[in-house]
Amino acid sequence: MQKFETLTGVAAPMSLVNIDTDMIIPKQFLKTIKRSGLGKNLFDELRYTENGEENPDFVLNQKKYRNSKILVVGENFGCGSSREHAPWALLDFGIRCVISISFADIFYNNCFKNGILPIELPQEIVNVLMQETQKGSNAQITIELENQMITTSDGTCFSFDIDSFKKHCLLNGLDDVGLTMEKAASIDNFERQSKIERPWV
Amino acid sequence: MTPKTLYDKIWDAHVVHEAKDDTCLIYIDRHLVHEVTSPQAFEGLRLAGRKVRAPEKTIAVPDHNVPTTSDRSNPEKMTEDSAIQVAELDKNAKEFGIHYYPVTDIRQGIVHIVGPEQGWTLPGMTVVCGDSHTATHGAFGALAHGIGTSEVEHVLATQTLIQKKSKNMKVEITGKLPPNVTAKDITLSVIGKIGTAGGTGYVIEYCGEAIEDLSMEGRMTVCNMAIEGGARAGLIAPDKKTFDYVKGRPHAPKGFQWEAALSWWKTLYSDKTAKWDKVVTLIADNIAPVVTWGTSPEDVLPITETVPGPDNFKGAKADAARRSLKYMGLTPGTKLSEIEIDTVFIGSCTNGRIEDLRAAAKILKGRKIREGLRAMVVPGSGLVREQAEVEGLADIFKKAGFEWRLAGCSMCLAMNPDQLRPGERCAATSNRNFEGRQGRGGRTHLMSPAMAAAAAIAGKLTDVREMS
Repeated sequence: MQKFETLTGVAAPMSLVNIDTDMIIPKQFLKTIKRSGLGKNLFDELRYTENGEENPDFVLNQKKYRNSKILVVGENFGCGSSREHAPWALLDFGIRCVISISFADIFYNNCFKNGILPIELPQEIVNVLMQETQKGSNAQITIELENQMITTSDGTCFSFDIDSFKKHCLLNGLDDVGLTMEKAASIDNFERQSKIERPWV
Repeated sequence: MTPKTLYDKIWDAHVVHEAKDDTCLIYIDRHLVHEVTSPQAFEGLRLAGRKVRAPEKTIAVPDHNVPTTSDRSNPEKMTEDSAIQVAELDKNAKEFGIHYYPVTDIRQGIVHIVGPEQGWTLPGMTVVCGDSHTATHGAFGALAHGIGTSEVEHVLATQTLIQKKSKNMKVEITGKLPPNVTAKDITLSVIGKIGTAGGTGYVIEYCGEAIEDLSMEGRMTVCNMAIEGGARAGLIAPDKKTFDYVKGRPHAPKGFQWEAALSWWKTLYSDKTAKWDKVVTLIADNIAPVVTWGTSPEDVLPITETVPGPDNFKGAKADAARRSLKYMGLTPGTKLSEIEIDTVFIGSCTNGRIEDLRAAAKILKGRKIREGLRAMVVPGSGLVREQAEVEGLADIFKKAGFEWRLAGCSMCLAMNPDQLRPGERCAATSNRNFEGRQGRGGRTHLMSPAMAAAAAIAGKLTDVREMS
């Protein structure tokens, strides 16, 4: 997994609430057996017309947001299905950070497995950042994970909270499976005990 | 002893390791696998030279992609990419030695219907699957939730998950349900009340007389949609109905193991003085047959109501309502019972079990669907399908004008050829009414099987109480 240390980039706004994983990556693109290549279909039904042409109104089709690395989004982003194709598509497009009041649980977890930082902030601060995005490519936002700090183009800073274990993994690009494998003895013990206590499992 | 909730008890029984910051390693008793969210996980194992740690606890079945027409065993009936995913699952199941129900097996079906049906799902277990509707298994008092593909790989390799404990929410449904009001109406009404983010960060336990009165299948319908309320999982305490349902199933414990299991299962309930982080109460008598009008499962109203307008909402929700109404092609103030439909879909992990088919068939018996309507029943498993044929339900559906399909997820998420066309409006017993969910531009109204059957007859959304 790619490390996340400091990110500077343009932030694009999507204020709609309840943006679900079907919107982020529609099901016809889940038929892949790979993790890569989904960026071109990120937000497919919003981004393209039925004829496959770009919808000029969609935010990421606008010149100033084409190279966005950050999304500032409405609450409950990523609700719906557990498809990890949603963070895969964001990552493949180049999005490394999503900021919202709230995220759906499974999507939130999936982001951390892919080097994407989801940041939860109170409504007032999300509103300020949503305003900031209106400056388009003139407004680079910087996110420092180590200091847990967001800095806008005019130097305003906001701190954010994050789970310490998730932060550690993201900063170091750690693979969960490798970490857990180090605890193999604990798993062995648990299974031995479980065979006695719950032999039917 | 500190009083505990059901969730606390199951959690505590599965902690393998706890770090200083409360991050836990949780043991997984059952891992269900399907073709869409697993190929990259198996590939990850292969690249790292890892095995499946507990193949005997891992069960795979193709369901999302598979066609539901009778000629489906012909791979040419699938699109090339669908066929590849199913073939990958075939290959991975063999290579890693996990339990497998291929498309040709009568036990094949939607993973969340197959698990309980085969007795894989048992009270007090932890159950995961790379699918958000894993919450279904909570009906057995099992801690069950969806995971992403990276976590699928993690469970395959280690039989554990890295987790932090969620908060406890109690959702109590007091009193008795009125006639023709079903488990689907309960679960949709709860989402309407708490919102689709209302359960975020929580595990919900559903309780109260109306929940106790539900059959196991009804309880599965309720827990299935816990995720639509944002909760990690939904739970219902196991009771005699649970034990009776489980007993004798192919993978349920037998003999002295059954007795041992039963004595533990009987301790699985929330202590009276257990602490809840949030409590929500609904009065069963106030729950009506409901339908959704918008593109979020929280956009739910009794069938007797009218389509709301953006003015009924505040801030960002008003914008969302405006967008929903445009997408759904609805005008505020229209009676819900006047909305005409083109398609009816009965099936899915929410409502694809035998009791769901019985409820729909009861309304359809001796009646015909409105002319020109497309209607299909997709049983949740091959065994549900067989049972429905034995009971004569299949004949009722066919005579009424429904297509009688083979098992799979089908039009719930439209990954197979069963899809809505742009603008087509569907009465569906599934779980999501998101934009494009059943096909690009398709318009979905969620409801119970009885309500969907009534809609099929009338050709519009209809109050089932006027038809039964």
